[in-house]
Amino acid sequence: MTNEMQMTLEAPSIYQPIMLSILEITPMTDLEKVFKIGLPHPMSQDHKPGQFMQISVLGVGEAPISISSSPSRSKNSFEICVRRVGALTNALHALSPGDVVGVRGPFGRGFPIERFRGKDILFAPGGLGLAPLRSVINEVLDDRSNYGRIIILYGARQPKEMLFRDELQEWATREDVELHLTVDEADEKWKGNVGVITTLFSKIQVSPRNTVAITCGPPVMYRFVLMELLGMGIPEGNIWLSLERRMKCGVGKCGHCQMDHIYVCQDGPAFSYAEIRHLEEAL
Amino acid sequence: MTAKILPKHAMQGWIETLREHYRIIGPKPAQSQYVFGDIHSADDLDLSYPTSILPPKKVLLPQREDLFRFDSMGDTPIVEPTFDDEPTVILGIHACDMHSIALLDRVFEKGTTDQHYQTRRENTTLVSLECTTSCSEFSFCKSMGTLSVPENFDLHMTDLGDEYLLEIGSKKGENLLRGFNEVREATDADFERLNKVMSEKWSHFTYRLDFDVTELPALLSLSYDSKVWEELGDRCLACGACNIVCPTCYCFDVRDEVDFSLRSGGRFRVWDSCQLDRFAIVAGGHDFRDTRAARQRHRFFRKGKYLTDQYGVVGCVGCGRCAQACLVHISPVDTFNELHRRRVPSAAAQEEALA
Ligand SMILES: Cc1cc2nc3c(=O)[nH]c(=O)nc-3n(C[C@H](O)[C@H](O)[C@H](O)COP(=O)(O)OP(=O)(O)OC[C@H]3O[C@@H](n4cnc5c(N)ncnc54)[C@H](O)[C@@H]3O)c2cc1C
Ligand code: SF4
Ligand code: SF4
Ligand code: FES
Repeated sequence: MTNEMQMTLEAPSIYQPIMLSILEITPMTDLEKVFKIGLPHPMSQDHKPGQFMQISVLGVGEAPISISSSPSRSKNSFEICVRRVGALTNALHALSPGDVVGVRGPFGRGFPIERFRGKDILFAPGGLGLAPLRSVINEVLDDRSNYGRIIILYGARQPKEMLFRDELQEWATREDVELHLTVDEADEKWKGNVGVITTLFSKIQVSPRNTVAITCGPPVMYRFVLMELLGMGIPEGNIWLSLERRMKCGVGKCGHCQMDHIYVCQDGPAFSYAEIRHLEEAL
Repeated sequence: MTAKILPKHAMQGWIETLREHYRIIGPKPAQSQYVFGDIHSADDLDLSYPTSILPPKKVLLPQREDLFRFDSMGDTPIVEPTFDDEPTVILGIHACDMHSIALLDRVFEKGTTDQHYQTRRENTTLVSLECTTSCSEFSFCKSMGTLSVPENFDLHMTDLGDEYLLEIGSKKGENLLRGFNEVREATDADFERLNKVMSEKWSHFTYRLDFDVTELPALLSLSYDSKVWEELGDRCLACGACNIVCPTCYCFDVRDEVDFSLRSGGRFRVWDSCQLDRFAIVAGGHDFRDTRAARQRHRFFRKGKYLTDQYGVVGCVGCGRCAQACLVHISPVDTFNELHRRRVPSAAAQEEALA
């Protein structure tokens, strides 16, 4: 991103946020809300899907939050999807449109989507993992002709915990998107698959060498999803993950996000499995 | 080499001259130990100090440091970063601590420059002091290759008895002597005295590591699954003292505070410790290092391998402070030696057989 966003990197202090207004707040579930944050200047498209921002409420704190809008749609604004779990995220949920939040970033290394062109893409987000992957999905959909099949396997704990339901609906109706949903626990209305995300893999066939898989979800999910992906024969270098760690600075100084000798905030959060397979602390 | 001679009796005069332009920090006694603190006169300063409780890191990276202040009284909040640019001289820094400052410089200046550290660092002049005797029963600098002062000093002092020889390492160092005329040029005879001190000092230090430090990263790579970590984990109290006293520990937490008005306040950083159980926990409760064993391993891997991988310098400078501070006597030398002993049982046995 250029202009305003990059200014945070040229600011007198790398820890100084710029204050931006919330344009819209859309409740998603009991726990998650989507915030649309305005940018004073149009944001160019050079942020990578998979990057994150440090979002703060002055006096409360700061936290890493993925950019959930795609570069193709982040023009005068960008979106984040926030689950309320603690001090900062609850404070964010208490805000209204027109209020300001502190923003630093974008930080980290996103997914190298230019390398995915021409390939089939298999997305496997679990729960809140859809927030960062939505950025990639929409980026790819806005450049649809440059990619092969688009398969999305999304799992949530309960139907009411599914995020971005409008978009799921849209993807479900598109001919050029293969969407499969599952929930751990169904309710009366749920007619789809019941079971953890890995139960969806048997529903699809892929040509492994031409497929890039991208997954993001709670820490426990990775091992199981990886087993499926590797089992399908997708090469290690074609499997991409976004890893979560505790992060305090976003700029490779505070030490919190360290995984072996790597700082996830700098070298990640997006990694190919080939890059982290040999790291003891990765998965 | 340009060098000057400072008679010890002129120390008071020098400090007075310096105080006109600088805040002076140096080693001084506190209870039965030594700390780096404000020096107002030569009487405060004790350059014969063995080691200090906290390293001079605390000057460059204070335990608590404001990053910015904010005021949200108006329509748009005002965020004002805070920097400390007070000209400061740190006197009497031992070689190990100079090595640790070289590491901190890389950490805070590599990639994205941390302007808070940088501002303070640029306004700080480092006066190192040649170590001529071992400072503590816990230190092992000779083994870590940190007994010789690195090139990052501005001024380097060597005790020649009733005088100090001052080596000038930079313009900043030279400036410390400006307007002070009680120093004289060093002569050939002074350099001879210096050489004598330098050649005699080595025998006052012992090697404590059972192997060459260059083997340390490889040794650790092979020791990831060692039982040693569990044994350390069983002993460790997770108090974090080892991190707090370590000159190469720099991890920090970031926090906010608000004034009673609730509209203004600040964001600051404070030292943090990877030995505390919350260091690597994320929302949802997943802790990426959820045992003391895993945290001990992380600590020693940082010291012996990760920092070297990342910054090309040794991550433990052998000051021994952590071993001294640890209530359960966990020490890097003992740990590294134990890993080495278990790694090469056959070689050790062979040596024993030959002895
Ligand atoms: C790269 C990256 C991208 C992310 N993207 C998103 C996203 O798009 N959306 C999103 O909602 N989240 C995202 N997260 C997670 C988000 O950063 C955390 O949920 C957030 O930091 C929580 O901050 P908080 O102040 O609200 O919670 P905290 O007050 O920090 O608490 C969070 C939880 O952790 C526990 N906790 C916190 N501190 C401690 C402690 N010291 N000891 C024990 N337990 C503790 C609390 O009990 C609570 O359950 C992302 C994280 C990373 C690293
Ligand atoms: S000082 Fe000793 S007891 Fe305390 S955390 Fe460090 S190793 Fe553990
Ligand atoms: S690990 Fe211990 S001995 Fe090594 S530099 Fe840190 S405090 Fe000194
Ligand atoms: S978040 Fe601070 S080093 Fe990565």
